[in-house]
Amino acid sequence: MSKIIASAAIRGAHKIVDSAESKWREAMDKWGAKQGVGFPNTTYYLPIIYGILGVPVRTLGDMEAVLKRCREMLPPPVREELHLPYLGPALDAGMATFWAEEMAEAIRYLEDPKFYAQGEDPEGDRIWLGAADDVIMRKRGIEFVDGTAPGFAAILGAPPDPAIAVKIAQELQQKNLYVFMGGSNNGDRTSKQLVDAGVQIGWPTRLVSFGPDTSAAVFAIGFATRAAMSFGGCKPGDFRKILIYNKDRIFAFVLALGYVSDEWYANAAGAINWGFPVIADSAIPEVLPTGICTYEHVVSSIPYDEMVAKAIEVRGLKVTIAEVPVPVAYGPAFEGERVRKEDLYLECGGSASDAVELCVSKRMEEVEDGHVELIGKDIDEMEEGSKLPLAVVVEVAGRKMQEDFEPILERQIHHLVNYAQGVMHIGQRDIAWYRISKGAKEKGFLLKHIGAILHAKLHHDYGNILDKVQVKLYTEEPAVKEVLQRARALYSVRDERVEGMTDEQTDVYYSCTLCQSFAPTHVCVISPERTGLCGSYNMLDCRAAYEINPTGPNQPIPKGDTIDGKLGQWKGVNDFVTKTSRGAIPLYNFYSVMQDPMTTCGCCECIAAVLPLCNGVMTVNREFADMTPCGMKFTTLAGTIGGGISTPGFVGHSKYYITQRKFISGDGGLARIVWMPKSLKEEIRERFGKRAEEIGIPDLLDRVADESVGTTEEEILPFLEEKGHPALTMDPLF
Amino acid sequence: MNHTSEKSGGLGSLPLIASAHEAGADLVWDRFDRQQPQCGFGSLGSCCRICSMGPCRIDPFDKGAQRGVCGADIDTISARTFARMVAGGTAAHSDHGRDVTQIFLAAARGESPDYAIKDVMKLTKLALDYGIQVEGRKVNDIAVELGEKIALEFGQQEGELRFINRAPLKRQEIWRGLGVVPRGIDREVVETMHRTTMGVDQDYRSLLLQATRTSLADGWGGSMITTELQDILFGTPYPTVSRVNLGVLREDQVNIVVHGHEPLLSEMIVVASRDKQMLEYAKGKGASGINIAGICCTANEILMRHGIPIAGNMLQQELAVTTGVVEAMIVDVQCVMQSLSDVARCFHTKVITASPKANIPGTVHIEFDEHRALDSAKEIVKTAIDNFPCRSGKTHIPAESMDMVAGFSHETISYMLGGLFRASYRPLNDNIINGRIRGVAGVVGCNNPKVPLDENHLTMVKELIANDVLVLQTGCSAIACAKAGLLVPEAASKYAGKGLAEVCETVGIPPVLHMGACVDNSRLLVAATAMVKEGGLGDDISDLPVAGAAPEWMSEKAIAIGQYFVASGVFTVFGVTWPTLASEGTTDYLFKEMGNIFDGGTWAFEPDPNKAAQLMIDHIDSKRKSLGIDKARERILYDMEMRRELEGG
Repeated sequence: MSKIIASAAIRGAHKIVDSAESKWREAMDKWGAKQGVGFPNTTYYLPIIYGILGVPVRTLGDMEAVLKRCREMLPPPVREELHLPYLGPALDAGMATFWAEEMAEAIRYLEDPKFYAQGEDPEGDRIWLGAADDVIMRKRGIEFVDGTAPGFAAILGAPPDPAIAVKIAQELQQKNLYVFMGGSNNGDRTSKQLVDAGVQIGWPTRLVSFGPDTSAAVFAIGFATRAAMSFGGCKPGDFRKILIYNKDRIFAFVLALGYVSDEWYANAAGAINWGFPVIADSAIPEVLPTGICTYEHVVSSIPYDEMVAKAIEVRGLKVTIAEVPVPVAYGPAFEGERVRKEDLYLECGGSASDAVELCVSKRMEEVEDGHVELIGKDIDEMEEGSKLPLAVVVEVAGRKMQEDFEPILERQIHHLVNYAQGVMHIGQRDIAWYRISKGAKEKGFLLKHIGAILHAKLHHDYGNILDKVQVKLYTEEPAVKEVLQRARALYSVRDERVEGMTDEQTDVYYSCTLCQSFAPTHVCVISPERTGLCGSYNMLDCRAAYEINPTGPNQPIPKGDTIDGKLGQWKGVNDFVTKTSRGAIPLYNFYSVMQDPMTTCGCCECIAAVLPLCNGVMTVNREFADMTPCGMKFTTLAGTIGGGISTPGFVGHSKYYITQRKFISGDGGLARIVWMPKSLKEEIRERFGKRAEEIGIPDLLDRVADESVGTTEEEILPFLEEKGHPALTMDPLF
Repeated sequence: MNHTSEKSGGLGSLPLIASAHEAGADLVWDRFDRQQPQCGFGSLGSCCRICSMGPCRIDPFDKGAQRGVCGADIDTISARTFARMVAGGTAAHSDHGRDVTQIFLAAARGESPDYAIKDVMKLTKLALDYGIQVEGRKVNDIAVELGEKIALEFGQQEGELRFINRAPLKRQEIWRGLGVVPRGIDREVVETMHRTTMGVDQDYRSLLLQATRTSLADGWGGSMITTELQDILFGTPYPTVSRVNLGVLREDQVNIVVHGHEPLLSEMIVVASRDKQMLEYAKGKGASGINIAGICCTANEILMRHGIPIAGNMLQQELAVTTGVVEAMIVDVQCVMQSLSDVARCFHTKVITASPKANIPGTVHIEFDEHRALDSAKEIVKTAIDNFPCRSGKTHIPAESMDMVAGFSHETISYMLGGLFRASYRPLNDNIINGRIRGVAGVVGCNNPKVPLDENHLTMVKELIANDVLVLQTGCSAIACAKAGLLVPEAASKYAGKGLAEVCETVGIPPVLHMGACVDNSRLLVAATAMVKEGGLGDDISDLPVAGAAPEWMSEKAIAIGQYFVASGVFTVFGVTWPTLASEGTTDYLFKEMGNIFDGGTWAFEPDPNKAAQLMIDHIDSKRKSLGIDKARERILYDMEMRRELEGG
């Protein structure tokens, strides 16, 4: 911290705390101490205050003690001469700044509930998104965990020219980073500049317009703080762990664009507590010695075209990006980008036409690497707003290629194509749906480029199992029909093969410790009949990942002697889990929610919980934000049982697992399910029906309660009794 | 030839010397001159007067007697003398610690109502270190149990001192392997006295091992106990500004100078001097206020905790009196010159001895009673005020005084490097690793009239900081550098190398950090251990790029301190003179062999402060090389896989 920075940060903190305090007094006069406050749909209260102090702020009255702490922590101004050490005090001032701003933002939610848009996208003119609710935080947080997003850039202010804003945003997107935006510079705001330039902002494109004021910084820092608590297993109040977790694992930094005011310095000092350095475009003093951050703390006077590269270097981040030879920008940040009807140039699939995707392995001599062929018309031969049928056939060859890997590679098509800016992809197999925007067409994007993308990315991501990739694209009706027929035959063969795999017949399971970068004691073990709790990995995926990277997070585990076949416990698995959890978890059962269930990281798609009164089990998916009959919302459940611990009575799992044969089979299986959110029921209805038939209760799903029946055990029990739910007559769970 | 003028620290002293001489008072430099030539055998450490068969002396030139009457050879004689110095120093620090412990206990029990537990957090931490139940208990109950446990360590007969387990694990194992872990504080001092008496231990290596065990009972025992309990009782130091040098004395106020080493009384003097009644009383006598200033380590204690100004270091004690404005000089223990009473007689100053342990003929003795501490202090302050009208017309306060920032405890360093939430030594270690800071040096110790006042300290410290070595200081050495303006933050850009200056600017600190009194050298041990535990700089103190020095040492305490630093793994250079030069065996053991036996630390002797600084820098560089941080390293960029490999938690 240089003296100028420390002095300014401390001055800024005083101003911010003063202002928050006067806002608080006004609010107290208006609403009184008992008035509830908080950010929407979160169990982390005001997350920075909750994480650092362990204090849940529920009411206006609760803020008093926090404001008092802010006051106590605010250091005196730095003397011009003969000053006392100021680094520690300035960092404290930065912390007080965040607490004050968080309270001020919470009061804004109270005063003007419509100020921020709800959900992931701006709503018309309401472009400010405010605090990420827990559904967004979990969904997006997982991308930090699995590495699809290595970190975030918090932009304060705005560059002088909107074109620079667009360029910086796109560059950050291409580096897979989230962009969190707040504050203004000379009346300009980066979020606004992007909207005006026609860039799609919102969580899906990773361009998050948190708020118009500097205080929006707390939404970024609050997100990071919650990540430490929900994925890192850090406890609220364990400030040291939370901050170091962020320094080591959340690769975030601040881009200060414009005049750096005292208030900005105060926020910057706050961010440094988290190990997030500041990169400024203006000529402010630099703080180069390392220590609180991994490398430099403040670097300044960086030209706009070097800013992103400099920030990444200063933060100590390595981003590896495969070069993809297409005329549009390319990266995960564009995955969530929509192509609306009015932007549409060409459409394939959906209700408009047939579209199908197929990946098959071939002999080496049958594949010419890099060969991309389009049979039929391409975009440039089509009118705006037209439709085409499409078949994408990917043929791969490689010494390590196996038939089992075909569907894995095929499933990659969805996100790989989606990564291209201006290209939207939905679905897979024979329900694929492509939309190409006018913007992409203008830049010269052709259907042929889909082949180029797949060739480049499959080589990059799966180079260990394949040596050659060629892609054939068909846009003529008869050819597409022919592929469709061939594909459907193959799909059913594959389905039978996967369905036929059982845990009993399989001797080697696979681990997944991908999440250990975030949940250091969590170990997933994946068997054919129990897919990973995040929903992203089945056992074949893990096996392929192991083939690709033999020292990576997916390792084969000979399951060894069976300790308990019913509950699903094996010696080899226990040994592996003990070692890999560093002694924290000595054993667990695959198929039980009651006895030593598998550990849960923060990433699970669903959480099952025992309902004692109903003698059954409920499960709730991440997207369901309301109360459930176990007395907790999803996010509370995840907060309670996540972070790599095993909690009897609760277990995290994937949506797919519900309809696998081994679903809590140790406790009675699918027939135990007494409650699920309606939306989840609809999502898995087809597969659920099949399983229900297999166990001889074809109408089981109709006997399962949902939120329309009730959200307490007492409310749903009469329904279960009326429907004669099988769980009521099963062996007692306790 | 009289060297007083040239050795007494600058132009400001000259009128004071003149006025002393005019009044017929001798000063330390006069007496030093009169002692010349000093005994060559004594200087080299080759004489022995332990028994009455002697005195004996060994001819250092191999011509005359090579054995004492009892048969002791030069190595034995030399090692015995050295060990007794260690015992003397250890006894001084530890007896100070015992007094603090007793007052701590009295305060906890409510028997000394003027004292209270000030730092409850540190109390709790220390209690936990001692395995004391803290939850749900009253502060004073915890303090009583802690005080009782600590008090036992002085007389403990077996086992290990508690603070030994604060050292890096590797260091503890080295000590255990060599059998030098102290069993009890008093026991090691007594055993050293026994083993060095006539006809007991006559193997210099064995004697020096016991000297080591005794010194560890000081650094990781008595001294550390003193620091910790004083912090709990009087508050852990936090950075504060103050002024230093004789110019801090005030013409218009009652000047009370506190001198010695214990803060127990001076803390109360500070309280009494702020008492309304006392201030009124002073006004009644024509003074505008009461000015407290310190000399020596009592000064450092109340500077660190209250920002009380410092009048000077050890060799300035008589000069303070010669200003003619000191109404009372209150002395407790250690480094107090008997001649003070002679000098004071020539002026109006009352020298007040307050410790039952330290009496000086010709002084006023007002014994300090801790049970009625404030009353005792007020009585002393009143005596001083009463003396204000007795000033003769001729007074002279030198113009020299300097700003300084002090108050760097281990806790403060950790806080100032990261604030409340990221407090740690990480930034220090990181900047050592990246080379901005080359290393850390502890420059401590006394003044010695054999060299011009403060000159060795200043030369060495300036050389070190210019070479990017961060300097930690205690005792009279810190006062020396403070007077020269090295303890202000602005000194970084003026004197420090580019890298160090950059770190100082980042943290807002001077390049030289004042960590307290000489008993607080324990803070340096704790800081060094914290650096090891923070990681990246090896797994023992001996791996760190650090060095120690006492360039103007004179007291036995300095030898005890040096020995515990060396035994803890620190390369330590002393200046001025060295007490074992007559013995090749003892000297070789201390300068070389110890480095092998103790895996790291050795002594060195170099009277030229520039050369001594170079030895320290060379040592620091060699440690940097062993750590592999001597060359610039590429920045590491982390991808997801590397993040997964991070240790859990």
